[in-house]
Amino acid sequence: MADPGSPLLSVRDLKKYYQAAGLFGRAAPPVRAVDGVSFEIGRGETLALVGESGCGKSTVGRTILRLQEPTSGSASFEGADIFSLNRAALRALRRRMQIIFQDPYSSLNPRMSIGAAVAEGIEIHRLAPRKEIPERVSALLHEVGLDPEYARRYPHEFSGGQRQRIGIARALAVQPAFLVCDEPVSALDVSVQAQVLNLLSDLQQQRGLSYLFIAHDLAVVRQVAHRIAVMYLGHIVEQGSTDQLLSNPRHPYTVALLSAVPEPEPGVSRSRIVLRGDLPSPSNPPSGCPFHTRCFHPAKNERCRTEVPPLRLVAGTVAACHYAETTPRPAEAGAALI
Amino acid sequence: MTHVLDVQNLRVSFPADHRRVYPVDGVSFWLDRGETLALVGESGCGKSLTSLALLQLIPHPGQIEPSSVIQLADTDVLALRGEALRQIRGRRIGMIFQDPMTSLNPVFRVGDQIVEGILAHFKISRAEARDRALHLLQEVGIPDPVERLNAYPHQLSGGMRQRVMIAIALSAEPEILVADEPTTALDVTVQAQILEVLDRLRTSRGMAVLLITHDLGIVAGRADRVAVMYAGQIIEEAPTDLLFANPSHPYTQGLFASVPRITGPLRRLTPIRGNVPAPSAWPSGCRFRPRCPKAFDKSEQEPPLLPVEIDHNMRCWLAERNG
Repeated sequence: MADPGSPLLSVRDLKKYYQAAGLFGRAAPPVRAVDGVSFEIGRGETLALVGESGCGKSTVGRTILRLQEPTSGSASFEGADIFSLNRAALRALRRRMQIIFQDPYSSLNPRMSIGAAVAEGIEIHRLAPRKEIPERVSALLHEVGLDPEYARRYPHEFSGGQRQRIGIARALAVQPAFLVCDEPVSALDVSVQAQVLNLLSDLQQQRGLSYLFIAHDLAVVRQVAHRIAVMYLGHIVEQGSTDQLLSNPRHPYTVALLSAVPEPEPGVSRSRIVLRGDLPSPSNPPSGCPFHTRCFHPAKNERCRTEVPPLRLVAGTVAACHYAETTPRPAEAGAALI
Repeated sequence: MTHVLDVQNLRVSFPADHRRVYPVDGVSFWLDRGETLALVGESGCGKSLTSLALLQLIPHPGQIEPSSVIQLADTDVLALRGEALRQIRGRRIGMIFQDPMTSLNPVFRVGDQIVEGILAHFKISRAEARDRALHLLQEVGIPDPVERLNAYPHQLSGGMRQRVMIAIALSAEPEILVADEPTTALDVTVQAQILEVLDRLRTSRGMAVLLITHDLGIVAGRADRVAVMYAGQIIEEAPTDLLFANPSHPYTQGLFASVPRITGPLRRLTPIRGNVPAPSAWPSGCRFRPRCPKAFDKSEQEPPLLPVEIDHNMRCWLAERNG
């Protein structure tokens, strides 16, 4: 058992490369989906992993659960080295770590009743005597805000928000300490999204859960995260407490991401930074700073093109930018650049 | 002055279990030149069917009820059939959708698809059409347009594909562009780019835009007027500034309370209780009544659109109390 002061999950220099087969058997350059990511999550804490599609955030979540094997790096959970566990030990670990997905419908068996789906984990891990299982299932459905009567119904009878609640009940059934939440509210309507976000917060309070909350929406993340890590092209480019990172972002990409969030306040015209161009390919990332091809920092120079900036502490957050001290705020960065 | 588009009492019906249900049930709105109207609502509110009805694209077995009126300047759209209808589709009302990949043909080059569209609407040579296509790609902000003309859709990113779709829609020089969740499938930084493009084109071409979205945040910066839909009806309508300053229908207020904000004090979200009902299960009286925290005895009768202030109406009996 790890000592109580140590983090629940600790990830060091995680890399996941995908080797694409090239034309005529020649080796193509690997896709560097995750390229050296490190972070920690404490008990009862939520770390949000934020970034746009293709930045590698979902791959991080799946690799930690060993749904995919890492290329290199290490990760320890409750003192166990995740990447070196054998099958039996991995099975025990998965009882402590669960995942909920963006689209719960595709992760539910359409021919299995809701009750059976929630009971499955309890049976597999033999967490309760058979005759107590229905009672456990009822309690779980109640806990996630569903009528226990629903146990007899099937997935297609439920709305998106209700399915997400079912997905959460299923994950909670095995009494995990840690949940990977992979875009859990992205497919939901706003009124329902708010219900699920509140539910996740309440469950964290009641059960002392830790979350790795993977999302692209900074406004959503602000509601649930204690700390935020921003990913770009397989790297964490900035990490810090939610407050610090949102009020005083130091990496230009975080600034751009923040300024692009559409806020329902017409009177307050915030200056937007519209980034130039597209995300570079992760199989052929730019040299030096991965963001330099789209960066708007006035101090950008040759050094950004050649020298990879390390993560370093700058005014409250940890940022990977050579000139993080002078990163402009959206207002200072001026008009929209297209 | 006549409006570019005038929709009156639009009703769309579908057969269901020996009766008909009305997923769009009495929607009226208008659009003026160079103006953006946002139709806002959650899934199933009828906003997309409303936009499809404008071009008579309601999928079988749905139908537009005979009492509906869609007036495009001096043309009665619902009276059109066959060739006359094709003259409207794309040519006078252009359309872009959420997922550009499904609207582009994967086996043809992007340039050929734009040229095809231009030649369908204008009697000009292929070379001239190609020239126009190039200008359009520049206009929607595609870098290296000459190169991109020869690209296949899969070689472009999501944001680039959506720009191509906008270029195709613009190629016919429509009076109205219907944009149905144009940025929902895109990342926020790309979303910002696309919205900038739409805004610029509206100003430079004087085009009217009907923006269909679930995202109040997008509406804030872009639309002149907003119509909020719930259960097949417009339940609140106002100029954007008025609606955001004074959201009055309990559903609109509920939507605002559910949206997480990136600025301001952090507070627990207040969701709307329950779920959006299906068209077959819409309640009698006010359709929001079962979920409404402010429902009262009069809510059992169906409210009409009532004035809240000048230019600002809502489908709620509370308007009478405040007035």
